[in-house]
Amino acid sequence: MRDQPLLIRIGMSLYLLMFFTYLLGPLVLMGITAFNSASFPQITPWEVFSFEWFSKLFADDRILEGLENSLYVGFFTVILSVSMGLAGALVLTQIWPKLRATYYTLIIAPILVPGVVIGISTLVFWAEINRRLGLSPDSFLANGIFLTVLGQSTFIASYCMLVFVARLQRYDTGLTEAALDLGASHIQAFRKIQLPFLYPAMASSAVLAFLASFENYNTSIFTHQKYATLTIILSQKVRLGIDPSISALAFIIVCLTIFFALLNEVRTRRAQLAVANGAPVGVVTGGFKAPGFFAGNPAAVILALFVAGIVATIAISQVYDPEPAKSVLLKEKRAAQQLRIQALQQRMKERRMQKEMKGPDIFGGKTAGEKAKSGGAVNPGKGAFGSIWKSDSLKSVIPTDEKKDKNGLKSKSPGVNTFGNVFAPTNLEDAAGSRKKDAPKE
Amino acid sequence: MGSGVSVDLQDMWIKFGDFVAVREANVNIKGGDFFSFLGPSGCGKTTILRAVSGFLEPSAGNILIGGENMIGKGPNERPTALIFQNLALFPLMKVWENIAFSMEVRGASHGERRKRADELLDMIALTGQGDKLPSELSGGQKQRVAIARALCAEPDVLLLDEPLSALDLKLRQHMRTELREIQKRVGITFIYITHDQGEALTMSDNVAVMKAGIIDQIADGKSIYDDPATAFVASFVGENNCFRGEVSKIVNGEAVVDTNRTGLLRGRIASDAQGKLSVGDDVMMFIRPEALHLSEDGQESDTRILADVHHSEFEGQSYNVFLEGTEGKEMKMALTNRGEARLFDAGTSMAIKYDASQAVIVPAGELASE
Repeated sequence: MRDQPLLIRIGMSLYLLMFFTYLLGPLVLMGITAFNSASFPQITPWEVFSFEWFSKLFADDRILEGLENSLYVGFFTVILSVSMGLAGALVLTQIWPKLRATYYTLIIAPILVPGVVIGISTLVFWAEINRRLGLSPDSFLANGIFLTVLGQSTFIASYCMLVFVARLQRYDTGLTEAALDLGASHIQAFRKIQLPFLYPAMASSAVLAFLASFENYNTSIFTHQKYATLTIILSQKVRLGIDPSISALAFIIVCLTIFFALLNEVRTRRAQLAVANGAPVGVVTGGFKAPGFFAGNPAAVILALFVAGIVATIAISQVYDPEPAKSVLLKEKRAAQQLRIQALQQRMKERRMQKEMKGPDIFGGKTAGEKAKSGGAVNPGKGAFGSIWKSDSLKSVIPTDEKKDKNGLKSKSPGVNTFGNVFAPTNLEDAAGSRKKDAPKE
Repeated sequence: MGSGVSVDLQDMWIKFGDFVAVREANVNIKGGDFFSFLGPSGCGKTTILRAVSGFLEPSAGNILIGGENMIGKGPNERPTALIFQNLALFPLMKVWENIAFSMEVRGASHGERRKRADELLDMIALTGQGDKLPSELSGGQKQRVAIARALCAEPDVLLLDEPLSALDLKLRQHMRTELREIQKRVGITFIYITHDQGEALTMSDNVAVMKAGIIDQIADGKSIYDDPATAFVASFVGENNCFRGEVSKIVNGEAVVDTNRTGLLRGRIASDAQGKLSVGDDVMMFIRPEALHLSEDGQESDTRILADVHHSEFEGQSYNVFLEGTEGKEMKMALTNRGEARLFDAGTSMAIKYDASQAVIVPAGELASE
């Protein structure tokens, strides 16, 4: 690094900066908007620093219910997917070698099938079973949580299986044989030797399964019935317009992610340090030594700072009251608004006087007096564009089109007949008729 | 030696599809014996071991341990313990847990297990190392832990699958004597698999030499070396000069062979071939490099060979002289280093001779490939 020319180093830094901005910028920005009191997620204009969106988030029953459903679905999906993934991976290692490739393809297929298809097929399949068994439409088999868990697990189990397969490839089957040879039963050999070897894979596949379940939308949307998960609730909310309580939720999720990532890093570093120091692992992982905890472990320091920051933020939120600042802002806003209204009224008055002096209005063909009566806009721009979507707007344009009509266009109002009636049942006859009618004109 | 348990293989065949891994093995291993299977890799010796330990069912024949037929019993029901080639120590368990695993699966309490493990750790000179993980031990220490783990199961028969092959030379020689001592101390039957003839000869009471699924000879180490039954055994165990030819005369257990390139040579007929050879048979005669020495008297005889020195090399305890006889016949002679200069110039002509009792004649057969 030291030998590299300055230009390259600057270029590298710039590139890294851009890359990380691209990667993390949106998350940081969204996190910040959670603390702005403006009612739309935005940073500029910054209004008042406030925690109100967090309160609003925790007061929003729909979101909390969605979160609860997501946690339920996630929990059961983890259990089902991890066990199915483990079973699938074990079969893969035991199966007759010639069948292995086929089996692998078969079990990987759910990953390749679109989630939407899985969602619909799960719904259709279980509805069918439900009907065949003669159960009521609100039976257990038609329950939204049950269906969502099953639907998601079909492909999440495949992810889990891939994790297990990767780990099992490094497993020495000699270990199982050694256990058997020493008198263990097959179950004991599996439980005491092979399963402990798979614990790390179980943990990582469980995390993977939970995250995949938590963020899933396209399968759950078909299977959730009345148990909407968080992603579904969020998408429903966004359709009606978003407010920063979603930013607050995002902020919390990001914080949790960072926390667990750091925690994991701390633990890994500790194990590495233990090995480097040559101490038996059991001794180091057993006792917690506070002074040595931070030694040579930057991740631990960052974790401690991070936790301290979160605790401080929560503490501040308990005492900090944005209301005074807010009311000041409100007053300012009102004053500014008042000024604007006054200016507007002033202008309106001036214009009205002008128009009365000029006489007939050029834009609407109506007198200014009539216009005021019908409540039309004072704004000339609105007059010009505002009525364009009215049902008779096209007709009003027709006079200009009459020239074209004579040049061979068959309909009097091209906008309606060319497109509007294309799919009507009488469409063809109409067209024929109009052609006949038009013929003499030509 | 203790009251070890015998192991018998009766007409055992092991086939994988069309491939015959072991052909008609008949072996009787006495209780308390240190018995080795010696052969080149791929000869089926590990297959036999897996059949004895129960990981593999023989296609035909019986396996008797202590007179009891083991066919149909799984590895966890047999009184055997296997020491794997890669040791297969459980990487996530501490050393003492590894050693006491066989007790754990029988439901022994923590205290009992720890006590027994510590006893065994004392025996293998690893006192106080029980709380380490296997990965924190050296190669030789792992080796001893694997032995302790197998012994902890109190097997009647201990099976060892080339356990020393991963160690360096010094450690390997050290572990040979250690293994032999452990075997004498515990007095159980050891079945040892190796491709290293040195290991087999130094440690074993009896050795079975295998070639491509067939057991060629079962005998003690000295007989294997001095009195091989087949051309394969003679060429696989130790170094040998091979002379091929036809029997021209048989007198008193000795025969004169009309060799293809070296003329008439006299030798002793191997015990296994006694009475089975007749004049005109295709045979091979084997003479060890160390059985050859310089002929001082210059007298013609049927145990004398004329050759030129091709090159010679110094090997510490001996000089190896590579000779070229008539028609390019290659021979090797080993002369003990007694402090005098014995490096010969290439091209020196010399007469060498041997004692007829040290030239072994066996029926012609396949040689061990180099």
